[in-house]
Amino acid sequence: MSIAMPVPDSATLAKRERIARALRAIVPGEGVIDAPEALTPWESDGLTAYRQPPLLVVLPETTAQVSAVLAWCHAEGVKVVPRGAGTSLSGGALPLADAVLLGLGKFKRVLDIDYEDRVAVVQPGVTNLAITQAVEGRGFYYAPDPSSQIACTIGGNVAENSGGVHCLKYGLTTNNVLGVEIVMMDGEIVRLGGRHLDPGGLDLLGVVVGSEGLLGVVTEVTVRILPRPETARAVLVGFPDAEQAGACVAQVIAEGIIPAGMEMMDRPAIHAAEAFVQVGYPLDVGALLIVEVDGPAAECDFLIGEIARIANANGAVTSRVSDGEAERMAFWAGRKAAFPAVGRISPDYLCMDGTIPRRRLPDVLRRMEELSEEYGLRVANVFHAGDGNLHPLILYDANVPGELDKAEAFGADILRLCVAVGGVLTGEHGVGIEKRDLMPEMFSEADLKQQQRVKCAFDPELLLNPGKVFPVLHRCAELGRMHVHHGALPHPELPRF
Amino acid sequence: MLEPRDEADLAEIVADAAASGRKLELRGGGTKAAFGAPREAELVSLAGLTGVVDYDPAELVLTVRAGTLLSDVQALVAGEGQMLAFEPWGAAGATIGGTMAAGVAGSRRITAGSARDHLLGLTAVSGRGEVFVAGAKVVKNVTGYDLPKLMAGSWGRIGAMAELTLKVLPAPREVVTLAARGLAPAAAHVAMACALGSNAEVSAAAALADGTVLLRVAGFAPSVAARCAALLGLMAGHGAVERMDTAEAALMWQRAMTGAGLAGSVRWDVHLPARAAAALIAALPEGAEWAMDWGGGRVWVCGEAEDDAVRQMAAGLGGEARLIAAPDAMRARIAAFHPRAKGVAALEARVRRAFDPGGVFVTGRFAEDADADAICA
Repeated sequence: MSIAMPVPDSATLAKRERIARALRAIVPGEGVIDAPEALTPWESDGLTAYRQPPLLVVLPETTAQVSAVLAWCHAEGVKVVPRGAGTSLSGGALPLADAVLLGLGKFKRVLDIDYEDRVAVVQPGVTNLAITQAVEGRGFYYAPDPSSQIACTIGGNVAENSGGVHCLKYGLTTNNVLGVEIVMMDGEIVRLGGRHLDPGGLDLLGVVVGSEGLLGVVTEVTVRILPRPETARAVLVGFPDAEQAGACVAQVIAEGIIPAGMEMMDRPAIHAAEAFVQVGYPLDVGALLIVEVDGPAAECDFLIGEIARIANANGAVTSRVSDGEAERMAFWAGRKAAFPAVGRISPDYLCMDGTIPRRRLPDVLRRMEELSEEYGLRVANVFHAGDGNLHPLILYDANVPGELDKAEAFGADILRLCVAVGGVLTGEHGVGIEKRDLMPEMFSEADLKQQQRVKCAFDPELLLNPGKVFPVLHRCAELGRMHVHHGALPHPELPRF
Repeated sequence: MLEPRDEADLAEIVADAAASGRKLELRGGGTKAAFGAPREAELVSLAGLTGVVDYDPAELVLTVRAGTLLSDVQALVAGEGQMLAFEPWGAAGATIGGTMAAGVAGSRRITAGSARDHLLGLTAVSGRGEVFVAGAKVVKNVTGYDLPKLMAGSWGRIGAMAELTLKVLPAPREVVTLAARGLAPAAAHVAMACALGSNAEVSAAAALADGTVLLRVAGFAPSVAARCAALLGLMAGHGAVERMDTAEAALMWQRAMTGAGLAGSVRWDVHLPARAAAALIAALPEGAEWAMDWGGGRVWVCGEAEDDAVRQMAAGLGGEARLIAAPDAMRARIAAFHPRAKGVAALEARVRRAFDPGGVFVTGRFAEDADADAICA
């Protein structure tokens, strides 16, 4: 709770009524929300430990309105925080007391689908899953599948460069977006990319994707859609310890297999998940792998056989292949419920999101066990094993004095460890406010300055989503984490990770 | 020609040029030197920065110095049963840094992504003469702005890459080409769209002016066999489809991927919505030659006309055309890159200045260099 946001500008606070009037002139009717009690639902995103009612909320319906709102705010020096569905786990859409919260929730239309060229053009408020739903009747889907896909929007996915369990094979958002229309802070509308591949000139689209709402407001997105694979199968493999499971993962990839998904859980995570959803996970193993393959049935059969062979060679003690779609989904159910499951066995936990080179996994897990003993706090690990993205869950009790501080210190040590072994601070949740102050752990001042200069090329007055991504002050590193209090997940209805 | 031996040398050279107001043209193997307007600039060769820094095949990550030959990189990863999935290609002497700076991607681009999708991280020297790193050496990372995307395809205009970290992927165990014959451009596009839209996982699709349509099916043997069988059924309505001999297929793919064999001193690389390819081809002047890749999303056009009619046509069809090769006089007159919309051009200019405030990499090679001077003056 110690991440500081910029001090609100008193002049902006003082002209709040005038701002509301001006924005109402641009977005009439219910498009501006400024009654204090009506602002409460907007005061947080998925990082619910941090709450701040916005100055006011504006909900435009057209690109022209977005442009007019931004142009007016730019002229008046008023800050703006863009927001999609508000499911960010890193505080990317956290409001500011002196900033207009610009919600894109009314941009809900699928504008065009071209099956022949396999692209869909959608508005930013369309949910990730709704894109797939719009095209699945013709046998297509949109590949990136963040676990919050029933709620998160494509505009937010573009801002965060969202991934999903299938991103090792199918890529992140950035690999699946062909073009965007954005409105810059001064109100100018620009189109980057389009329906064709590899436009010339600088790849501005590439830097806008994953820019966490700091460079522009996305008002239209063109995505690739893919033909749905013929079938998918999963295999559940248990190992005595994580080292053997890690060796199995490495050998699967070294033998030329890129599974559609490859997830690992350690013993505490397996036990928590099994107690929660009873899907038949083996309880006497030290690590569990879920490996999914997709494609033609002949390919799935062949690959499942290969994976079983490699697993056995690496000391697998249990192995089960999904028999039918229901069982495949059951294999995933435990994994997808890992977070709420851990929430049941501990009053609180912090979720980390680092990526490491996979070969360092045994070292990292060993060091994490040592830290666990030093801090006297338990840790459960779930892991996107194919791409090295770790989600250690640090269990603690906020009601025990000092335990949150200990958990935060533990988390900071884990992230430092990830960077020290050649990894990164965040594999998929974004920097937001959560890891903002940790950026100097990974980047030198020169590196960060170069990134900030790109920000300046888009938004020289730094009015768009200030206080995010870049450390405002050089302070001790904060933690990469998701705060969960008494098992209460933000958006508890959504599967996570 | 300046020849830095390492990153520190490179930084010193750029800082020195920036301080004294000189212009530098970055060069890898020099195989694309004829791209862009004729110009006079001091050359900085990155060919001396060679060698593999780290390669662990199971991590799917390769870190290599920028001047390493593309052919050496490809041989290295092939030795481990892996590949650069964006299928880069180039003349003998092309370097990995130059290939990435030019954003070169081959036939597999349509399914595997482009050069930019496989550049995970880098160390570079900005126009300030400062060394900076961006991205990382792991396959999954969203920490900070994705500056590697900006650097891929930037043609040495925002920084000099010294070291690149690339995503590598397993190479398919078996590759089969199925070919249909006798298809006119419109029918060829429909056939390719049909194949690419099926779940037979066609990894590349191309069409040549002799009516040949090429479909590539790659992967593990049982999968390739099953998918080929499915495609033969699916494509029954699109001319006689049959398996093509490997040697012939290699030649045909080379023609589609690189435009090799097309005659004419003026060469265009048109990127457009695939459904518009046939209309472009129908509108080409008499004597122009063409080849389609990326399911029709890329059309190579060669001829002798020294005007920008091809560019105008591409624009009218929602695409764009870059001028790959032409006589000097034409290259001096017609910009290599398709002109960008005004707002985008201004934004690009500001982003270039964010890396290169003094314009040390502004050599006159690209028309937008002049725009940048005007916009940022």
